[in-house]
Amino acid sequence: MKNFGISIREVDNIRVLDISGELDAHTASQLENSLKSLIDHNHICIIVNCKGLDYIASAGLGVFMAYIEDVRGMGGDIKLTNMNERVYNVFDLLGFPTLYDIHDDESEALTGFDK
Amino acid sequence: MATTNNIHSISVEASTSQLATVRDFVAEHAESLGLSEKEIGNIRLAVDEAYTNIIKHAYKNIPSKPVKIELGSDSSQLWISIKDEGESFDPASYSEPDLKQRIKNKQRGGMGVYLIRKLMDNVDYNRIGKTNEIRMVKHL
Repeated sequence: MKNFGISIREVDNIRVLDISGELDAHTASQLENSLKSLIDHNHICIIVNCKGLDYIASAGLGVFMAYIEDVRGMGGDIKLTNMNERVYNVFDLLGFPTLYDIHDDESEALTGFDK
Repeated sequence: MATTNNIHSISVEASTSQLATVRDFVAEHAESLGLSEKEIGNIRLAVDEAYTNIIKHAYKNIPSKPVKIELGSDSSQLWISIKDEGESFDPASYSEPDLKQRIKNKQRGGMGVYLIRKLMDNVDYNRIGKTNEIRMVKHL
């Protein structure tokens, strides 16, 4: 199996996904399954902590594109945090920073949710 | 006239399970040319996007189809050629993705070609017989 990992924790009723390794067209389905499962269980306040993420391709960004409208429509959000410079550059090239809530640090994203 | 040297090639089947292998192949050779970490990262991503497009669009996710990646350099440039025998891509049909609209329509693809053009200095698509080729150049 490819070098990609995902784990979920709960902080103040917000689900935090820690993702690590390389997110590409091969590993994107793992992130998709986790996000979908959270949303199906009505957990719509989600932070994706990218601290351990070394690499992302557009297939990985596509997962965030597929669910953000649904989650926001339900009153939640998917916030992204702790990206390294390389990963952030890919989001930036595609114009994500104007449409997604991206933070340097997880704590900032946590305070951004109305509790 | 500069002569091309250091030509390396790898043949893989069209499968996302080979993505990391392909990325590492180009990164290893780009590294040997003394490119910066950022430039190597850009090349890794451009090749990933081109190969992913072949898997998804040229071969429509049918595995075991052949893809050949070739990489060479001279004193002024690094070039990467990726060849397949699937459906051809018409670059004229491509338009810059409108992210807001795509999110609204829950479309998740269509960003690879845009990224490749942003990341590389020159990109050409050719079809010779049944073979498609995308040729990407990075100036050194």
